[in-house]
Amino acid sequence: MAERRTWADRRHHWDVKLSPFGFVSPYFLIFGVFGLFPLLYTGWVSLQDRNLLDAEGAEFVGFANYDQLLFHDPYFWNAMGNTVSLWLLTTIPQILFALGVAHLLNRRLRGRTLFRMGMILPNITSVAAVTIIFAQLFGRDFGLVNWVLSWFGAGQIDWQAGTASSHTAIAAMVVWRWTGYHALIFLASMQAIPSSMYEAATLDGARSWQQFWRITVPLLRPQIIFSTVIATTGNMRLLAEPLLFNPGTAAATGGSDRQFQTAALYLYEQGFTKYDFGYSSAIALVLAVATMLVAGVSYLVTRRIQTE
Amino acid sequence: MRPKTRNRRTRLLTGLCATLVAATALSACGSGEAGDGKIKLSLGLFGKFGYTELLKEYQAAHPNIEITERTASYSDHHKNVAAHLATGGGAADIEAVDTGYIAQFKATPDKFVDLNTVGGDQLKSRWLDWKWTASLAKGGQQIGYGTDVGGLAICYRRDLLEAAGLPADREAVSALWPTWQAFFDAGKQFQANAPDGVKWMDGGPTVLNAIFGQAPTGYYDQSDKLVVDSNPALRAGWDQVVGAVQANLSAGLLYSTPTWDTGFAQSQFATVTCPAWMMTKIKDKAPDTAGKWDVAAVPGGGGNWGGSYLTVPKQGKHTKEAAELAAWLTAPEQQAKVFTSEGLLPSTPSLYEDPKIASYTNPFFNNAPVGKLFTDAAKQLRPQYQGPKAGDVQTEFGNAMQRVEQGKQDGAAAWQQLVGDVAKLQS
Repeated sequence: MAERRTWADRRHHWDVKLSPFGFVSPYFLIFGVFGLFPLLYTGWVSLQDRNLLDAEGAEFVGFANYDQLLFHDPYFWNAMGNTVSLWLLTTIPQILFALGVAHLLNRRLRGRTLFRMGMILPNITSVAAVTIIFAQLFGRDFGLVNWVLSWFGAGQIDWQAGTASSHTAIAAMVVWRWTGYHALIFLASMQAIPSSMYEAATLDGARSWQQFWRITVPLLRPQIIFSTVIATTGNMRLLAEPLLFNPGTAAATGGSDRQFQTAALYLYEQGFTKYDFGYSSAIALVLAVATMLVAGVSYLVTRRIQTE
Repeated sequence: MRPKTRNRRTRLLTGLCATLVAATALSACGSGEAGDGKIKLSLGLFGKFGYTELLKEYQAAHPNIEITERTASYSDHHKNVAAHLATGGGAADIEAVDTGYIAQFKATPDKFVDLNTVGGDQLKSRWLDWKWTASLAKGGQQIGYGTDVGGLAICYRRDLLEAAGLPADREAVSALWPTWQAFFDAGKQFQANAPDGVKWMDGGPTVLNAIFGQAPTGYYDQSDKLVVDSNPALRAGWDQVVGAVQANLSAGLLYSTPTWDTGFAQSQFATVTCPAWMMTKIKDKAPDTAGKWDVAAVPGGGGNWGGSYLTVPKQGKHTKEAAELAAWLTAPEQQAKVFTSEGLLPSTPSLYEDPKIASYTNPFFNNAPVGKLFTDAAKQLRPQYQGPKAGDVQTEFGNAMQRVEQGKQDGAAAWQQLVGDVAKLQS
């Protein structure tokens, strides 16, 4: 009897110790297969001169790809510049609009649920469909945007031709798509703010605008940090929008002069147009590091939001 | 008692996880076999090949075979093919490949079924010599059966030319532009009296492709070396088109983009370089313009732009059946049907003398005798050697010409940047 109990006890002991690992193991297994292994393999490929179609002909070249990429490739830096520009043009308006929209939805209004549900609609629409429609809206000759602008006497803008104009058009797509998503996150936490705080502020004479900036925004700090980091990582791998903004045979170059080629699009071009698998792997890893850096910067910036 | 419940729960959960992992692993190996035991073949295409009716006919004759078509845009399609070949899975049983990309794929012949080993060598005489050679790998493997060839002409809008006071009759129009210089001069005449918002030509890149298609040497020499900056024919053609753009003859539209498609429907231009396959495009993009179009001879005579091949990737499950289907689809009888339904010019010269083909007229294009026009063009065609990355070089030329059309650069600066971009393709 005594022996059996000890065995059961021991089993229980191991059960308690090991089961948690069993429970989380699927994540690690899946991460290992779909996350870690590709990452390490990409690292290995990035050290090779390798054609996408010809794995046998691969040749180990050390850090030559990185040397070329970081020090001798103006197109890569052009793409990085576009990525950062689009990051600024999308992330900041996205967060600000989302705050405003959430604030509006947080009031008492008729059909509130309908409006709230509507916010997520742009996000669940197919990126390809959205982009193709936006590309039409921003068309040079028959686009709706130019048509509206023409009422105000603004000339015909060739949206795809210019750097600023093409970035504006692409940013519009991204902001349209993601504002609602972030607004819902903000809305959820706004509802957790006790109304007594606003009541106290009202008694102190704070106007609605002051209440928004002094109470709501500081209390949403964790959500704003989350949204900024999510938006940042998303924008660092922006691909579909610039790719589909100018479809046709030259889609991968992001415009005639690469004026809206993002880093992810450059990776795609090197990998799948020029079949330079090693080089595009190097871009992938550099982009991953850059994403961490930029996400870190945006984290540090948003962390400065404070209650005064 | 409690430990026991937990144990059961643990076991249950572990089982669930195991199932999940197994399911994930299994889903990667879905089978392509139809439940009814039919052999399933897939066909990867881009643009219009006009095969839908033919495939019905083939399936009726082969009840054990079921064929599905999937169509993507030109560049997406070729990128997909490359990716599927690289990863060793996902390619269709038959993949179409355009002239611009065939040289690139024939560099890795081991990814494709060598059609010579499945009877292709017996069929060789069907095709134009150069068409057969263009898809022949260095080691003698044949990776694709030719479908159509480009054969050049100019499609033009009768109504718009008339409105600008130019002749509209196709003989007179052909006589108007024996050379490209004459073509651009006629454009200047047109532009002086053109209806509002109409330009002479759709865009520089299409015209550029036609001019380059007539040169004896294109982007590459026979040893696969890029000669873009040393081939005088290219630079001369480039300068000519830049001149036309600067004379405001171009609507500035890049081909196979949505804005270009809209341009057809909105009558933004009066002429477009017209390889045979372009006719079906125009018909699709602007069905309302039926009867307003006509077809005239191309300046400078002859020339080729485009034309495709059907390849059989080795990774397919039923390569034997796929090769048989590819041979059937590209046989002269079927090419003749595709010509009359979609206007794709056959790559099998035996048809060029066929009265059915030679007398074919196209009602959409004001009953133009396109049969005679395009077969004449094909007979005059001097084959041009296509190097490994011809498609990508063509894309770079399109971008460079766009920079000029968008006013971002002048002709010389755009050319200089182009030469640098093209040089990067060599490595």
